[in-house]
Amino acid sequence: MSKFIDRINQLARKVPTWVVYLLLTLPVALLLFQLVSGGLGVDPAKRFEHETGELSLKLIVLGLAITPLRKFLKLNLFKFRRAVGVMSFVYVSVHLFAWVLIDMNLRWAQMYEDIWKRPYITIGMFAFVLMIPLAVTSNNLSLRKMGAATWRKLHKLVYPIAVLGGVHYIMVQKVWETEPMVYLAVILALLATRIKWAPKARTAPGV
Amino acid sequence: MAFRWKNNLTHADVTPEPIWLNRRAVLAGMAGAGALGGSVAAQESLEPNTWEEITSYNNFYEFGTGKSDPSDNAGDMVTDGWEITIDGMVDNPGTFSLTDLTADMTMEERLYRFRCVEAWSMVIPWNGFELADLLNKAGVQSGATHVAFETAVLPDVMPGVRQRVIDFPYVEGLRLDEAMHPLTIMATGVYDRPLANQSGAPIRLVVPWKYGFKSIKSIVRITLTDEQPKTSWNDINAREYGFYSNVNPEVDHPRWSQASERVIGGGLFSARQDTLMFNGYPEVASLYDGMDLSIEF
Repeated sequence: MSKFIDRINQLARKVPTWVVYLLLTLPVALLLFQLVSGGLGVDPAKRFEHETGELSLKLIVLGLAITPLRKFLKLNLFKFRRAVGVMSFVYVSVHLFAWVLIDMNLRWAQMYEDIWKRPYITIGMFAFVLMIPLAVTSNNLSLRKMGAATWRKLHKLVYPIAVLGGVHYIMVQKVWETEPMVYLAVILALLATRIKWAPKARTAPGV
Repeated sequence: MAFRWKNNLTHADVTPEPIWLNRRAVLAGMAGAGALGGSVAAQESLEPNTWEEITSYNNFYEFGTGKSDPSDNAGDMVTDGWEITIDGMVDNPGTFSLTDLTADMTMEERLYRFRCVEAWSMVIPWNGFELADLLNKAGVQSGATHVAFETAVLPDVMPGVRQRVIDFPYVEGLRLDEAMHPLTIMATGVYDRPLANQSGAPIRLVVPWKYGFKSIKSIVRITLTDEQPKTSWNDINAREYGFYSNVNPEVDHPRWSQASERVIGGGLFSARQDTLMFNGYPEVASLYDGMDLSIEF
């Protein structure tokens, strides 16, 4: 197992990050092609919307997994974390534009109302807004200007974003569906690996 | 009394011809005969969805919650020898074979809008007969006020039932006057073909002015009662799904604005259209005179 992980780590060192950007662009490229060519079934708008939303959530989960993978399995994919994060924002943006354009057909008044009145849309939109500062600062210049500590603090926003995304997915469903609940469970488990348990007091006070 | 409601469209009219005379114009013409109150004539076009669209995008939770689950999973349901029990406040209760039950019913084609509560819609050329004819044959006793319907529960062929995604059997209900309305039909086919299993074979209800979930599928029991029956979605979430569930663009569902709908098969950038009151069947409005439809939704 550790040999296998070593091999992946070696490979990861060799693979340039642009390859990862390219690979993560393929699904949306394929979806766009299918959307235009009629390959998404009877309700292409809904299908496209769901697929891009789910892909975004998958990338958020993957991004959250990178630190625990290194901590527990010594698997180092750290180099690709930014690519994963940036691409999750790309997917959520496509998801949002799909809603605006091919689902709502630019009915602005109804969209404005929906954002405030439908809790799952409110939550989804809130998560999107929270992702904007993370996307904007996902570059070396911002990291230098902000300083590593501040930058890291800001990027902890991904924790609530992931939870909001998972809740959004559950709430889209009319009944309790298994798959969205698995996503939220995985997100919560990944967040739990980050909890720093306070060291137990070794001696009772006053002794 | 069949043929009480007509439109001038059949699926044979699926031609480039864009505009047809509204069926309500026909009704207005019939008003003199006392069949129905006349309503305003308007121009519109109703183009039926394809068989492929109608049979591959369904909500039928007995076969799974995904839109394509019913078409993927419903194939094993056997509808030969189907029986329906009619009971409760009727003069002639019993369990009847579908063949016997429908033998003397007058089959018609009804081209109806179909509006799902999830804010999408289709246009479907149903084949069926008026529910009123069936209820008259059963002999509704005085004092009956509502009709309850029940879907088959066949765990062997229904994966959704095995997973218990909701409480089964699926049940629905109408007020008696809604059930007797000429628009309310029992459908056995689409496009002159028997219903596909995922469409609710071999027999289902179609109430075109209500959200689609009221149009219960694969019916095995019809019960006349003197109280409002339990209905499945209302039971799951009463705040979201009312007993009446009439299509109403002014009463929002907490989850979906009902002001507009996406027409399945419409263009990517133009599929969304305004939702019409009672789904474009204003002739049913008088059933709800004096009711506040924002409370009794």
